Amino acid sequence: MQAQFQSVSDFLNMGGYGFYVWLSYGVAYVSLAILIGFTLTRKGRVLKEIAAKAKREQRLAQHRSAKE
Amino acid sequence: MWKWLHPYAEPQRAYRLAGKFIPWLSILAILMLLTGTTWGMVFSPTDYQQGDSYRIIFVHVPAASMSMSAYIGMAIAAFIGLVWQIKLADWMAASIAPIGAVITFIALVTGSTWGKPMWGTWWVWDARLTSELVLLFLYLGVISLYASFEDKVLAARAAGILSIVGVINIPIIKYSVDWWNSLHQGSIKMTGKTAMPPDMLVPLVINILGFGVMIGALSLIRFRSEILARNGMRPWVRELALAEGAK
Repeated sequence: MQAQFQSVSDFLNMGGYGFYVWLSYGVAYVSLAILIGFTLTRKGRVLKEIAAKAKREQRLAQHRSAKE
Repeated sequence: MWKWLHPYAEPQRAYRLAGKFIPWLSILAILMLLTGTTWGMVFSPTDYQQGDSYRIIFVHVPAASMSMSAYIGMAIAAFIGLVWQIKLADWMAASIAPIGAVITFIALVTGSTWGKPMWGTWWVWDARLTSELVLLFLYLGVISLYASFEDKVLAARAAGILSIVGVINIPIIKYSVDWWNSLHQGSIKMTGKTAMPPDMLVPLVINILGFGVMIGALSLIRFRSEILARNGMRPWVRELALAEGAK
């Protein structure tokens, strides 16, 4: 196996099709990065929401028992 | 016979089991995509007709073929959820949908940027391109149906029915290039005189499998979040939330 390009600029040029090749890879990897970002942070967001709800209910329960 | 499967249908077990697979699938996906992409971009020979523009194939074909496979996976999960009323299957279907939508979007955009230099146009309303666009709309429909009901059992039923009906679009995408005249090239041939040479085919197959493994890993990560979101009242989720979500 042998590299098909003589230099980095040759590689970036992609035989004259650089714009199209890098545009397609750019869009593909940026969309994947956004998807992966949202996917990895979702667990934290979900847990935060549940924790907030749980704490609110705890406070309500305390308030109720304090009144009685 | 199926009794051993039953415990895995419990959310907490499914959550733990999915967690065990995620690191391995992620590492495997990264390795495969790095290998396939580097091989394809740097070492595969230049195409005699299309020059180096054909190198878009190493992201376009994996995205396009996996956009269909992911859809079938989602529809099977939706079917299991609908028929046997297994909520975990519904949650899996809901987890796959956004991933499928992004993969379909990638297939459309990379196809477009390949079409411009080779066909002279970004877009044509022919069967292959239009049916792939319909696939994107199906995914978006499933996502918005699932999101638009407060009652997630009802939401999963509505989204599930749409995803099952939408399966009809998959053979249309697959065979569109054979059934109708199209600017789009036919299926890649593995054997015969016009077969793709191994120097191009092997990295392509590695990337296709890599996309598949990546979608699997991402589905499991979303599946775990979905389990937590749907079981917010359970004690084990509350404990986890108070321990981790409070930070």
